[in-house]
Order: sequence, then C-alpha cells, then structure tokens
Amino acid sequence: MTLAKSVLAIRQTWQARDLPPLLPLLVVGLLVFCAIFASLLAPHSPIEGSLGKRLIPPLGMEGASLEHMLGTDRLGRDTLSRLIYGAQISLAVSLVGIVLTGVVGAAVGLLAGFWGGWVDTICMRLVDISLSLPGILMAVLLSVVFKPSFTNVVIVVIFLLWPSYARLVRGETLGLKQQEFVSLARVAGCSSLTIMCRHLLPNLTPSILVLATLQVGFVIVLEASLSFIGVGIPPPTPSWGVMVADGRGLIEQAWWISILPGLAILVTVISLNILGDWVRDRLDPKLRQQ
Amino acid sequence: MQRYLAGRILQAIVSMLVVSMVVFVLARLTGDPLEIMMPAEATKEDIAMMRAYLGLDRPWPVQYWRFISRAVQGDFGRSVRFNRPALAVVTERYPATLELGGIAILIVLALGLPVGVYAAVRRNSPLDYFSRGVAALGQAVPPFWLGLVLVLIFGVALGILPTSGRGTPAHILLPGLTLGWFAVAGLMRLTRSAMLDVLGTEYIKLARMKGLPERQVIWKHALKNAALPVVTFAALLFVSLLNGSIIVETVFSWPGLGLLIIEAVQYRDYPVVQTVVLCLSGMYIIANLLVDVLYAYLNPRIRYGA
Repeated sequence: MTLAKSVLAIRQTWQARDLPPLLPLLVVGLLVFCAIFASLLAPHSPIEGSLGKRLIPPLGMEGASLEHMLGTDRLGRDTLSRLIYGAQISLAVSLVGIVLTGVVGAAVGLLAGFWGGWVDTICMRLVDISLSLPGILMAVLLSVVFKPSFTNVVIVVIFLLWPSYARLVRGETLGLKQQEFVSLARVAGCSSLTIMCRHLLPNLTPSILVLATLQVGFVIVLEASLSFIGVGIPPPTPSWGVMVADGRGLIEQAWWISILPGLAILVTVISLNILGDWVRDRLDPKLRQQ
Repeated sequence: MQRYLAGRILQAIVSMLVVSMVVFVLARLTGDPLEIMMPAEATKEDIAMMRAYLGLDRPWPVQYWRFISRAVQGDFGRSVRFNRPALAVVTERYPATLELGGIAILIVLALGLPVGVYAAVRRNSPLDYFSRGVAALGQAVPPFWLGLVLVLIFGVALGILPTSGRGTPAHILLPGLTLGWFAVAGLMRLTRSAMLDVLGTEYIKLARMKGLPERQVIWKHALKNAALPVVTFAALLFVSLLNGSIIVETVFSWPGLGLLIIEAVQYRDYPVVQTVVLCLSGMYIIANLLVDVLYAYLNPRIRYGA
C-alpha cells in the first residue's frame, strides 16, 4: 500500500512539473544507452556464433542457459547481443535519415516559400510527384542496382519524407516573410541568403523539430521493413528487421529469434510516438489540432 | 473542377514518366547487358554488331524513346530467370495480389466500421478501450512481425490455419488480416471520431425524440453523415495496401507480385523487377489520382479553390 502510494506521489509530482512521460522516456533512454555502449554491454559478438550452441531458448524455457539469456539463433549467435547492436542500426538510420531529410526538405521549402513564383511552382510540383511514387518499390529498385546498404535505406528515407518537410517549411515561410522583421532586415542591407539563414531559419526550427520527433518511429519501422524483405541493411549486420527475417523459417521451433526483435521495435516505436506527441503539444500548439 | 482535373491528370502522367525514367536510368547502371548476353568467345565485331542491332550504340534519349514505345506496346523485355516475356510472368501473378488486396479491404471494412461505430455509441465501454488500444498499436506494430505472430498463434500453437501459400479460402485469412491491420486501426479511429461528432448534433437528438429505434438512428441517420471522411479513407486504403503487399506476400509466401519482385531481386532478374515496378507504380499513381478526384468531388473547397 505504501509502495503504491509513493509511486502515485512520484507520478503526480512528475506530471505537475510537466516533464515527459516517464516510462517512454526510460525506454528511449535505454535504447540510446545501448546504442552508444553496445560494445561494452553486449555479452557476446553480434556477428559470430558457435554452431554448437544453436537454438538455445531464452531463460524460463527448458534447456535455457544463463550465458545466453535471450537464447541464440540458428548460427548460435546471442540474441541479446544482437538486439543491443540492433539499437545502433535503428538509431543511426533514423538520426542520419531524418537529419538529411530535414536539411533537404527545409532547404527546398525555404527556397520555394521565400522566392515564390516559378521556383515555388517547380518545387511544389516536385513534392506532388514525389508523393505519388511508391516508396518501397523505389527501395527494391535501388537494391537491384546498388547492393543493399545503409546508404540505400537513407536514400529511401529521404525520398519518402522530404515532401512533408518541404510543405511544412514553405507554409511557415510564406507567413513569416510578411512580418516586419524581414522587411527591416532587408532595409538594414541583409542579402536574401542572410535573411533566410539568419532570420527565417531560427523561427522555423521548432516546427521542423516537432515533425522530426514525430517521424522517428516511422523511420525505425521503415528500416526494419526494408531489411526484412532483403533490400535494406544486409545481413549479417544485426538490424532488428534482419533478425526477424532470420527467424522466419524457424518460427515453429524457435519463436524467440523473430518475436523478440519485433517486440523491441514495437516498444521502441510506441515510446517514441508518445514522446513525439508530448514534444508536439509543448512546442507547437498549431499542430495539435490536426 | 475541370481545370483541377486536367492539372491533376497531367501530374499523374508526369509521375509515370518520372518512374519510367528512373527505371530506365537504373537499368543502364546495372551494367552492360551485352556482357551477360554474349558468349565468351564472341569477337569484338560480333559485340559491336549486336550492340547496333539492339540499338545500344544510340544516344540515351533515343534508347529511352525505344524503351517507352515498346513498353506501351506491352514489350518489357524477357525474364532472365524464366526465359519468357516479363509481362507474361507478371500478369500470371496479378490475380493473387488483387485477391489478397480485395480480402484485406473486406476485412478492414467488416472490422473497422462496426467497431468504430459501436466504440462511439458506447463510449468508455470495453469495446471502446479495445478499439483505442488497436488504434494506438496500429502504427507501431511492424506488419511483417504481426504476420509472424499470427502464424505462431493460429498456425503453430492452435494449428487451425495454414501459414503459407495459396489455395483454400483458409489460406487467405492470415495474410489478409496482416495486410489490413494498419488500415483497420486507422478506419476504427476515423469512424469513431466522425461518429462522435455526428452523434452530438441536433438532428440526431430530433431523430431520437421522434421515437425512431436506436438502431435506425445510428446506422441510417448518423453513419450516413459520418461517412464522408470514411469514404475518402477507404480509397486511400487501396494505396497503402499496394505498398504493404510486398511485405505481407514475403511473410506468407503468397504467390503475388510482391513475392515475385523480391524473388526477382534475388535472381537479379532486372526485366521482371522493372515490369513489376512499372505496373504497380501505374496502379499506385492511378489510385492516388482517383482518391484526389473523389476528394475534390466530395469537398467543394478543393474543387473551386486551388
């Protein structure tokens, strides 16, 4: 009873201070921690296994071993270690992908919104066309020509997501450039480039950040999906999607190989989505209504 | 409306051209096709002759024109793996993908619509919590993993449903459910909020005061008015199903276009890959076009605005 009460009390103070939701924050924190210190945390190599220790079940099942707490796969590789290294891949893809997408999308949106006229028309038509192309098919096509790789995944992420940044930034720029500080900067002798980078961009940053946080979860699922069908991160790199694909044929004998990495994706993405909503509600009241 | 329509159709054509250009340029980057085609003992003259015969010595724009005019006539080259026209291989697999998509749409409508309606009518009931839970999970559950979980539950543990291939009606249940899952979650949420809006209006109160049976109030008066956003969603659904089919077909070894393209990638069978990409992109672009037109038709603000 007292324990329940103290938990409740902690929750209340937490909520009263308007801090982010605790559990999702812990999950994401753990993920980042695992990604950074993967080489120290992982008990075994994520790529090399020993065939003698194939298909050991996780703790709690018959034949489990303390050495491999979450079991091993068909090559005797330790599931826990692969999960920890997998966090690295998920995080790297979403970080690199979203940063590059943000740069590309924001640059196009800023140019279109600031210059208007034919620049605007061309950029926005490009956005429309890009939105009407099927992303996964483009990924498949890329993987035939260039071997599946990290770069391919990032290209697909950029290809799929840049239109939303371009639209958002263009819309905001249209509103901002009417404001007085832009005309004043012009009078003070600022060049267009300076106005865009020094005066408009800082005002756009909150919206861009909100959109970025809302998309991290989507990018993680996308990377896993591409890796699962064999056009994303190539094996034996322990991407969570690759791990699910690895266990596909063994689902009857060794469910843990596929199910555990899927759970990792699920928990990560739900936590990221909840945090994304929280950031959106704090930073950008306009988006809340949508 | 006509101006909007014309602009939108033009944009669809440009999109299709962009896809064809991407396919064409990437095909040239895969390497010299003659290296694969010609036997090792072929002389330089033979290769030059073959190159001229295939038109590969011409400038790229000419080659692109050839590629387009052939594709329009249904000639997409020969499959490396099957040594048959690529289009024939692709059309063979088409029905399976359409069947799967059709079943998925049925499942989405049969689950999403009634649960969404009841969740709105009985707010905070167990069904409402269930629907909200499903909606929250909808985006976070990777479809390929959901497929495996369903296989584990219904195929392995309970042993009541087949887990791969195509044949009996039972074969289609799990892939259909997996493909539809994302959309079920979306439709439930959308129907619920649209119904909640409508249920609070005066005319529903009036219908109830008139003493109409509750069932008639909900299904006839309320749902009809809540249907507008739901209709456009159902159309968008088709687009998302096309994207999802590649993944779901891989999970369940469903012999459709999605599985075909993944196999073709493994065999580096470029003609088949490019045919599937062109066909599916065409469907995708046309579906997008129809959705936009339908939306403009239902929503006058777009019709007259932009």
